[in-house]
Amino acid sequence: MAALVASPSASPAVANDTTAADIAALLAELDRELVGLAPVKKRIAEIAALLAVDRARAAHGLAGQPPGLHMCFTGNPGTGKTTVAMKMAGILHRLGYSRKGHLVAVTRDDLVGQYIGHTAPKTREVLKRAMGGVLFIDEAYYLYRPENERDYGQEAVEILLQVMENQREDLVVILAGYRDRMERFFECNPGFASRIAHHVDFPDYTREELMRIAALMLERMGYRFDEGARAAFERYLERRMARPHFANARSVRNALDRMRLRHASRVFERLGEADRDALITLVADDILASRVFEQEGGGTTDEHR
Amino acid sequence: MRVTQGAFSFLPDLTGVQIRAQVEYCLAQGWAVSVEHTDDIHPRNTYWEMFGMPMFDLRDAAGVMQEIDACRKTFADEYVRVNAFDSTRGWETVRLSFLVNRPANEPGFRLRRTEAEGRVQRYSLEPYAAERPPGERYR
Repeated sequence: MAALVASPSASPAVANDTTAADIAALLAELDRELVGLAPVKKRIAEIAALLAVDRARAAHGLAGQPPGLHMCFTGNPGTGKTTVAMKMAGILHRLGYSRKGHLVAVTRDDLVGQYIGHTAPKTREVLKRAMGGVLFIDEAYYLYRPENERDYGQEAVEILLQVMENQREDLVVILAGYRDRMERFFECNPGFASRIAHHVDFPDYTREELMRIAALMLERMGYRFDEGARAAFERYLERRMARPHFANARSVRNALDRMRLRHASRVFERLGEADRDALITLVADDILASRVFEQEGGGTTDEHR
Repeated sequence: MRVTQGAFSFLPDLTGVQIRAQVEYCLAQGWAVSVEHTDDIHPRNTYWEMFGMPMFDLRDAAGVMQEIDACRKTFADEYVRVNAFDSTRGWETVRLSFLVNRPANEPGFRLRRTEAEGRVQRYSLEPYAAERPPGERYR
């Protein structure tokens, strides 16, 4: 039978006494898992400190309103917006701000209905699911289509704003998208920008950071570069970064995937005599076969080679 | 006469904190919680009106509490109950159901005696409030 008289904070995992050591451990973990992204890490550290101080204040009877933690992540493709949002739910849970610490990721389709009267229940249902955790709206600017004045997106935006304002302690909303389009979205919905306390801009990665990201990805996939491959990959990145449609970490991942393909077809020819070393080592040839090395300014924008 | 239906009905009405704790328990079990209301409180009336859809995939009680409050506000002088449905194979039924709202004035039930063949007596119950048309009861 259900426990009749439970304490109001029924979730046992919430850390109500996050100490400085916990926060330091959390930030160290972030540093290990995320390469670069200094402004993002700085903001997370600030939020962690704010929440800890708020709790200390509450212990002294200095009650204040819970801080609004709605965020907006902007940045170029592949700079880690979605990755950080996924981590954010866990982080806020560990800091004792969000009660359940789950993440509900949605796009326009999940919020906006197809006919009149369909949008509000749909949006409300998503909001109810996200309560106690984080609602992540990817490419939020699609919610609002200025070219169609009868677009139902506006209705979803209004409900969202209302809940963001009135139920701050129940859920955290994170918007993500490319910077220029987010700016245009906020211009059309000024109420949105002012209700979001944290606008975080994700910088592009430098080449060194991309190399470290590649190393992390390779480690997770169970491969490694030999010396020649490392140098070749550095040269590859240099050229690839200068090309149009460069998508930071995503391009690196795609490049690595294509190198795995070349590596596989090379090893496959002599699969019988391949030892463990051959199976995990990428060599310079796997990289140099890329289209990027063919000719400078060949006019192609196709990155899938 | 105080209606006693569902779990906890012989206890004093649950407070907001207690309702929340119950809902948290239900969600922790993975049950889908729904809110229903009626103004026909006959014990055999199993099918109440749904207030919105059953809420699947919720993690936190805040969303349910919001629905409960909205329903209590809209149907302040009706009965409101919270159901928790367990979809586990073998159960597939409501596991917990309890009242969260009742009208201020509950007139109780009439016992009807009907003469049947021979000297047989048949008994039936009828809420006094049910004499008035739906929507005007308990006003």
